Amino acid sequence: MTRLENPSVSIQDLSLNFGAISVLETLNIDVAEGEFIVLLGPSGCGKSTLLNCIAGLLDVSDGRIFIKGKNVTWEEPKDRGIGMVFQSYALYPQMTVEKNLSFGLRVAGIPRDEIAKRIARAAEILQIEPLLQRKPSALSGGQRQRVAIGRALVRDVDVFLFDEPLSNLDAKLRAELRVEIKLLHSKLQNTMIYVTHDQIEAMTLADRIAVMKGGVIQQLDAPQKIYNRPVNRFVAGFLGSPAMNFLDGRLEKNDGDWHFAVEDVRIPLATYAFEKEPVPGAAVFGIRPEHVAFNSGSGWPFTATANVVVVEPMGSDTLVWLKLGNQNFTVRVTSERTPNNADSVSIGFDPMRALLFDAATGNRL
Amino acid sequence: MADLAVPLPAGTGSLGLEASGPRGPKPRHVFSRRNIFLYGTLIVVALYYLLPLYVMVVTSLKGMPEIRLGNIFSPPLEITFEPWVKAWSSACTGLNCDGLSRGFWNSVRITVPSVVLSIAIASVNGYALANWRFKGADTFFVILIVGAFIPYQVMIYPIVIILREIGLYGSLSGLVIVHSIFGMPILTLLFRNYFTSMPEELFRAARVDGAGFWGIYFRIMLPMSLPIFVVAIILQVTGIWNDFLFGVVYTRPDTYPMTVQLNNIVNSVQGVKEYNVNMAATILTGLVPLVVYFVSGKLFVRGIAAGAVKG
Repeated sequence: MTRLENPSVSIQDLSLNFGAISVLETLNIDVAEGEFIVLLGPSGCGKSTLLNCIAGLLDVSDGRIFIKGKNVTWEEPKDRGIGMVFQSYALYPQMTVEKNLSFGLRVAGIPRDEIAKRIARAAEILQIEPLLQRKPSALSGGQRQRVAIGRALVRDVDVFLFDEPLSNLDAKLRAELRVEIKLLHSKLQNTMIYVTHDQIEAMTLADRIAVMKGGVIQQLDAPQKIYNRPVNRFVAGFLGSPAMNFLDGRLEKNDGDWHFAVEDVRIPLATYAFEKEPVPGAAVFGIRPEHVAFNSGSGWPFTATANVVVVEPMGSDTLVWLKLGNQNFTVRVTSERTPNNADSVSIGFDPMRALLFDAATGNRL
Repeated sequence: MADLAVPLPAGTGSLGLEASGPRGPKPRHVFSRRNIFLYGTLIVVALYYLLPLYVMVVTSLKGMPEIRLGNIFSPPLEITFEPWVKAWSSACTGLNCDGLSRGFWNSVRITVPSVVLSIAIASVNGYALANWRFKGADTFFVILIVGAFIPYQVMIYPIVIILREIGLYGSLSGLVIVHSIFGMPILTLLFRNYFTSMPEELFRAARVDGAGFWGIYFRIMLPMSLPIFVVAIILQVTGIWNDFLFGVVYTRPDTYPMTVQLNNIVNSVQGVKEYNVNMAATILTGLVPLVVYFVSGKLFVRGIAAGAVKG
C-alpha cells in the first residue's frame, strides 16, 4: 500500500492474536492529519479491536503504532494523545457532567482555572452548558453522548477515536448527532478514527473508508470510490441499501463480444470496462437497485421481463422485489411508478454501471 | 372496511359485539382460596419460627421461682430485669464473674478489624481479578476458590502451629488474621463477580482518562459499589460474630469472644441452672447480628435501588 508523508496515525504490520485465533493480520494503514477515517465492517471483523489497539487498551502481538510521528506501541493510553468515545457512553455515574469532563484533567494534575477554561470551551462547542451540574442518569441518550464527546474534547488530544458512538441512539437522534459530529470535525480539524457497522454513517462522515472483513482491510478509499468501484464482491455487497443485486452466471465470448449468461438471458458487456482481459467461466454480475430502470421500453443496451414479488413503499421511493428467471432482483423506483404485486414488468439497465466479480475469489473483473 | 372508520357515539358497543359483560380491571377477592392458603401457610410458618424466641424472651423476664412452676409459655407474672443485668455484668465463667460484658468487648475488638481488613483486601482482589487480567489470574482465582471448599477443621492444627511460631497464638490479632484469611475466598468471589458485571467501557474510559490501578479503584469503582460492600459487611459481621470454633481454639480465657463465653455460662455444671440468665445471655449475644440485619437490610435495598438506575 502507499504510505503517506507525515501521517497523523500510522499502523505498521499490526497483528493481534488471542491464543490461536488471529484477530488482526499484518494490518497497515496511514491516516493523514485532520482526516476522518471510518472503519466499516460487519461485527467480528476486528474494527473495534483495531481501535482499541490504537487507544492502547489492548496489547498488540506484533507491529508498531505511530501517533504524530511518535512510536506509541508500548505507551499507556493516556500518553498517546488520544480521546475516546464509547458506544455505551461510559460516563462515570456518580459524578456530575462537569466532574465527568474534568476527571482526566484532575488526574493529570492540571490547574483549576485551566480546567474551568477547557470545560467552558467544550460545553460551549457541544451546547451542554445547562447540563453541567446534572448526573448522567438525568440526561437523555443524545445528551450523554455529547458529554462523552466532551470528555475527549477537554483533553485537547490530537486524535479522536469513536467506537460506534451512535449505535445506542434511536434513528432520529442518530441522524442529528451524525451531522453534529461532521460539524465538529470541520470546526476542530482533528484527526478522527470512527468505527461503525452503519454504512450510512460511513458514507456521510468519512474522508476515507476502510472496509474490513476477517481482520483484513478489504479496501481503503474515498466513499464514492468504494461505492462505485468496490474491489470485491464483499465490499460491493456491504455498501448500499438495499444491497446490490448479484446474479450468478457465466462469462462467455460469442462472435468476438463478451456476454454474461444467466439462465436463458444474455447480458451484452460491450460497454463494460474490464480491469484486465477476462477469461470465460463462472462469474457474478452485480448491479445496484437504483441503476435499473423500470417500464423503460427500448433505448437500453439490455432489457428483460421480470415478475413482481413484493412491493415495499418507503415514502420517497419504492423498493420492488422481482424474480428474474429464478434469481431475486430488487429495483428502486420513484413512488409514482409503483407496480402491483404479481405484475409482469420490463426492466432495463446499462451494463456500464454493472460490476463483474470472479465467482471464486470475489475480486472485481 | 370503510364503516369501521366512522366514529361511534359514546356508550355504544361495536356492532355485533356483546354490549354488557366484563369491562375494566378484573375484580379480586380478598378471601379467595388462593389467599387463604398463601397467608395461612405464611402465618403458621412464622409462628413456628417465632415461638422459641417468644419462650426465650418471657423466660428471661421471669424470676427463678416462677420458672420452676413449669409454665414456659405463660407471660411473666412479675417482670424482672435482674437476669439481664446478671448475664451482662456478673454471671460466672470459671473464676471470672464479670458476665458477658468482657466477651462482648472482645468480640467487638475481633469483629471490627477482621471485617475491615478482609473486605479491604478482598475488594482489591476482586477488582484486580475482574479488570486487570494479569498473567495467571485464572489460576490464582481457582486456587482461592478451592480454599472455600476445604473444611475449616482440617486447617485448625496447622494454623495453631503457624500462629505459635510467629508468636500470635492466643492473641486477638492472631484471631483477626485467621478470620481475614478465611473470609477471603467467598468475599473475593463476591467482589470479582460484582466488578465483572460493571460495564467494561467504564474501566476503559478511565484508563484513557489517565487513571491508574488505585485511581480507578478509589474514584470510579468504589463509589459505584455500595450495595456489594453492604452485602459483604452483613456477611462478615454476622459470620465473625457468630463464630465459635476459631474463637475457642485461637484465644485464651481472657480474650474469649462473646460466643465462647456464652457457651461457658450456659454449660457451667455447678449449682442451679439459671434458665432466665441463660436466656438473657443468649439474646444479648444474638443481638448484634440481628441489629445488623435490621439496620443494613434497609440500606441494602436502597443501595440496590440506587445502583439499578441506568447511568
